[in-house]
Amino acid sequence: MPKLRYRQAVARALGDEMDLDPTVIVMGEDVAEAGGAFKATEGLLDRFGPDRVIDTPISELGFLGAGVGAAMTGLRPVVEMMFIEFIGVALDQLVTEAATVRYLSRGAYHVPLVVRGSVGAGQGFGCQHSQVLDHWFRGSPGLKVCSPATPQDAYGLLRAAIQDPDPVVVLEPRVLYGTRGEVTTGPDGLVPLGQARTVRRGGDVTVVAVGAMVGVVEEAASGADLDADIIDLRTLRPWDRATVLESAARTGRLVTVEESPPAAGWGADVITAAARELHGQMTTPPLRITPPEAPVPFAAELESRFLPSPQRVAQEVSRMIHDSSAHAGSTT
Amino acid sequence: MNGLLTEIEDGPDRRHHLKVHPLGVFDALHEIRTVEDRIQQLFNDGHVRGSTHLAQGQEAVSVGVALAAELGDSVTCTYRGHATALALGLSPRRVLGEIVGRTIGCAGGVGGSMHLVGRDVGLFPTYAIVGAGIPIATGAALTAQVTGSGAAAIAMFGDGACNIGAFHEALNFAAIRRLPCAFVIENNLYGEYSRIDRTTPVADLARRADAYDIPGMVVDGQDVGAVADAVGTALSRARAGDGPTLIEAKTYRYSGHSRSDPATYRPTEEVEEWKARDPLMIHDRRLVEAGSVTAEELQQRHDRIAQAVEGAVAGVLASPPPDPVELTRHITAEVGP
Repeated sequence: MPKLRYRQAVARALGDEMDLDPTVIVMGEDVAEAGGAFKATEGLLDRFGPDRVIDTPISELGFLGAGVGAAMTGLRPVVEMMFIEFIGVALDQLVTEAATVRYLSRGAYHVPLVVRGSVGAGQGFGCQHSQVLDHWFRGSPGLKVCSPATPQDAYGLLRAAIQDPDPVVVLEPRVLYGTRGEVTTGPDGLVPLGQARTVRRGGDVTVVAVGAMVGVVEEAASGADLDADIIDLRTLRPWDRATVLESAARTGRLVTVEESPPAAGWGADVITAAARELHGQMTTPPLRITPPEAPVPFAAELESRFLPSPQRVAQEVSRMIHDSSAHAGSTT
Repeated sequence: MNGLLTEIEDGPDRRHHLKVHPLGVFDALHEIRTVEDRIQQLFNDGHVRGSTHLAQGQEAVSVGVALAAELGDSVTCTYRGHATALALGLSPRRVLGEIVGRTIGCAGGVGGSMHLVGRDVGLFPTYAIVGAGIPIATGAALTAQVTGSGAAAIAMFGDGACNIGAFHEALNFAAIRRLPCAFVIENNLYGEYSRIDRTTPVADLARRADAYDIPGMVVDGQDVGAVADAVGTALSRARAGDGPTLIEAKTYRYSGHSRSDPATYRPTEEVEEWKARDPLMIHDRRLVEAGSVTAEELQQRHDRIAQAVEGAVAGVLASPPPDPVELTRHITAEVGP
């Protein structure tokens, strides 16, 4: 099993899919000759040539739209958004066009398109290069959305996304590109969309996270010795209700740790489902740990306060467990 | 000789009729005009919800494109797309069914007037966002280029779309990659309610081709043959690997932008001037002048088309609305009963 950096796992997934399927192409700014701004497409141009690994103009609307049309006619384009905010100028092509093609054609056309984008805060890129924007995509019927937290998932989810018959947005936490891990490649390395991963088992609390927040929660749990069931949601749309609700029913406590400000966040969907399905089974009100309702600030002192930190997660989860235990104790 | 376009079922056979029947173009032009007029009535009678965007006066552009396009080619067009859908090969029943919101509509009633579709004739779901289809057409052209299929793509859009970013980004991308694509502007002189000279600093939009170093052509959009020739030339270039072409078809819409627009902003003389160059009239006159058919025979044929369209309307109005289950079908591949 090779040990790969996250970015190498992305390139490996792309290369393996391109080997397997001649209709897979890669498009984006500087993805070919430069191997990608974050080196996630390194080596592909040499292997597959300029017809399949395409450097585009800085023209997201143009090349994302081309990706939609190519996907409708038999290719499987993987389009890179260097920073996810760049999709703002092209959003129509994804949420209004790609997402509705199958519906409007009653399945006569479909759009096997993947949009990969680097996301997230923590590296001082400032507020226009540090968001996740998952809620933009989660709110569009017709799209699927995932965010790999490990090199294995970067490989496996991307391959599943490329093989999927519908448009999939893959949000890659930029802060993870350099992380390393063992990666099972080949068919066994595929990670199906829509399946969460139980990172570790615990009995006191269910903590659900995605992307870069998974590592934050793991660090919080080991640092504070929390007996937490940690779930990496992996796919945000459609999300794995069964795994989350089973865990929350068992622990009686549910926490979501999110990287976007709270409005329209995925944690609200998860908690709504728990409130509906697990009414009376929870020992404490659920908790969402999120950044404040603010743009992402630049200065390190501010940015580190914006993102949920392991310390903050440990503190808030410990308090939740403590308060509910004390409350339960006082009533028995 | 006697068979009518309107009597042919939906799909490629209709395109075949258009291309090979001596009166195929006549049939298409008169069917489109009749259907568009009938949609207006259906709207007035309360059978059409929302809005609808008619294209009486612009028929020759749609028919010219359909004549030039091959069946494997992809076409993107706008919400003012009834004419193009019919010309490419959708039947009045499927178009009217969609506009009225019935199961027999080309999108089963989930799309409506602005969202017509016909995969077997290369029509992508029509776009209700100005300019949205232009980059998508370049993607279809990219597939043709990468796979070497020999197909081409045609993006049809209005003069209004020439001021939106999608137009410029798509032309730039197509030019730099020499994609097999024809861009066809239906310049009807008005972007929604605004006259072109109030919004656009160039009178001939084809000049914008210079910015991307591709050929630009101005063509008489009232003349089916002129449009078909220009688009045919562009598609030949495209298939030969010589890249995209920008074609500007000068035309005019007789109606307002949409159902709520009486178009009082247009001088009466201007409307009359364009009606004097009506594309149906121009084509009919040529047929008669060529001597193979008389004006009376054409009138009779027109009446038969109108009758056939009336039959389609009756069939549509008697047909059932979509089943409620369709609401959540075909969203992604997994979803469905």
